[in-house]
Amino acid sequence: MQILFFILGAVALIAGGLVVFQKHPLRSALWLIVNFFAVAGIYLLAHAEFIAAIQVIVYAGAIMVLFLFVIMLMNIRQPEADPKIPFIGRKLAGIILAGFTGLILIYGVTKATLTTGKEMAPGLGNTETIALTLFTDYLLPFEVTSVLLLVAIVGAVVLAKSKLK
Amino acid sequence: MTFTIPSFHLSSIGPWLTLTVTAILILVLDALSPKGRKVCFSWLALAGLAVAAFQTIGLWGSTGTDFARMVYIDDFANFFYLIFILGAALTVLISRQYLEDYGKNMGEYYALIIFATVGMMLMAAGSHLIMIFLGLEIMSIAVYVLAGLFREDLRSNEAALKYLILGSFSSAFLLFGMAMLYGASGGTLFLNDLPLRLGADPAMAPLVLLGVGLLIVGFGFKVAAAPFHMWTPDVYEGAPTSVTAFMAVAVKAAAFAAFARVFFLAFPAIKVDWNMVLWVLAVATMTIGNVAAISQTNIKRMLAYSSIAHAGYLLMAMVAANQLGAMSLLYYLLAYTLMNLGAFGVVILVGRKKDSYLNIYDYSGLGAAHPVLAASMALFMFALAGIPPTAGFVGKFYIFSAAIQAGYIWLAIIGVMNSLVSVFYYLRITVLMYMKPAEADLGPVVFSPALTAVVALTAAGVLAIGIFPGCLYNLAMNAVKIFPGL
Repeated sequence: MQILFFILGAVALIAGGLVVFQKHPLRSALWLIVNFFAVAGIYLLAHAEFIAAIQVIVYAGAIMVLFLFVIMLMNIRQPEADPKIPFIGRKLAGIILAGFTGLILIYGVTKATLTTGKEMAPGLGNTETIALTLFTDYLLPFEVTSVLLLVAIVGAVVLAKSKLK
Repeated sequence: MTFTIPSFHLSSIGPWLTLTVTAILILVLDALSPKGRKVCFSWLALAGLAVAAFQTIGLWGSTGTDFARMVYIDDFANFFYLIFILGAALTVLISRQYLEDYGKNMGEYYALIIFATVGMMLMAAGSHLIMIFLGLEIMSIAVYVLAGLFREDLRSNEAALKYLILGSFSSAFLLFGMAMLYGASGGTLFLNDLPLRLGADPAMAPLVLLGVGLLIVGFGFKVAAAPFHMWTPDVYEGAPTSVTAFMAVAVKAAAFAAFARVFFLAFPAIKVDWNMVLWVLAVATMTIGNVAAISQTNIKRMLAYSSIAHAGYLLMAMVAANQLGAMSLLYYLLAYTLMNLGAFGVVILVGRKKDSYLNIYDYSGLGAAHPVLAASMALFMFALAGIPPTAGFVGKFYIFSAAIQAGYIWLAIIGVMNSLVSVFYYLRITVLMYMKPAEADLGPVVFSPALTAVVALTAAGVLAIGIFPGCLYNLAMNAVKIFPGL
């Protein structure tokens, strides 16, 4: 199990890196799919079957297809020419800050001694447990999410509507 | 398998429901109304806000939680509800004429303002970090879109894109912090449970600190605290002026509501740790905001830096972390809503059609041409600078005394020195208005009834709560009784 985790983690990291370093947006998007699948595998290892399935269906499936459609419709063939790196200092500062933040995160997480998580309630599958909490304790956040989606839809229409009054 | 949904009372989230229904009603009416026929969406929005305000007053005094402990019902939330409703109502009033000049007086604008207000209410009343995050996202997404409302204007596009990208980044920080806390607490995100669970296991201390640090980044971005303030001037300048006013007061108030609630309620035990971070942030925010504001010639940009500086003063109240500090946060945010919205109302009036005159030198000679308008602008500038007898003075007085009471003498001294710096650029507007002749004839100022009403109301409000702060003091003091750790 542990070996599997490390393999999946390595795949996720490498694919993530490749997403950033690819010149062509289409390739970035394809590497992102690999990353999503690797992360879904890690969810599976953590016994979060439902999240893993959702990750594959929603992210690797629906959202990435949308991404690819947008990239193809916008017809970005040629990546823009590399600017002459005018802000070498700024880049350096960014790298140092990001590296520092990463170090703090790694230090913090490794310093803490983690206990094993709680066992799932017996007799209930993963999906059932999520459904149960979603419609009882988390009822209000669940309903509020619909408002969030509505706002996002209205916002997208406002920004993308072809003709204004 | 049987399961029971915990009982709940819809009345405890009455204001949210009213506003959500209002916003949806506006959208539906907008879609159904025949082309070319004007529906008065602004009146509908105001009516919804008024009903929500009445419901909030009806909730006053009740305490407890509802919806399986997901939402707090207390006066802290109610007080902030009223600030948000006031901010949204004044924004709706200053928007109508302004948007009509641009041909953008559409229903979606008002719907998004109302939706953003709902999100803010969630942030003020959420008792679970998930609720606070959802509220933050509802508010932010609505405001991202509002910032980019003028699609033909490149600067509006820039504002929306900058705010969206940096805002989502900061949301990710916030969420990451919450995840850390979830792990450290052994699986709870209820603000009430967090203090006990976080202290239970010392081995988790690094994770807790990590989580708190990431939360500071996320909230710091939303309140525009240095060094997370870089987006503020560009976004405030590029966004439509009415939206800028809304962002400067209501969004900031909502972020501070959640910031204060989470930190005062969940992390009083590790106050020493986050206090020092916030101390540095407060000093940096005040100083950067005030010093950068001096050299601005665009009034919107100047007010943007001024709003950064005010975030610094408000962070001072967070650092103090005592009853007086929490109270001053509430009082100051209300005062700031009044004085800043008033100032933006004047900016829209003086800007005339389509923001033609936003340079501060366009204000020269205003004192002779429009004495009343100039007088109210001078009043708002005095209030923002913190000169008695305005609300700004009383608010700063409370904040500084809270800092001194908590033993942060140097912080208070730096705050006072910063206030002195700020007097320079606020008074410069006044000097221009009264002591310089008008440079050119800019044409008449069109006083629309709604805008005039806003300027008059906020001017009266700034004076009223500045001269008689006692009643508000008691209300706010009662509201912050909910923090046992202070």
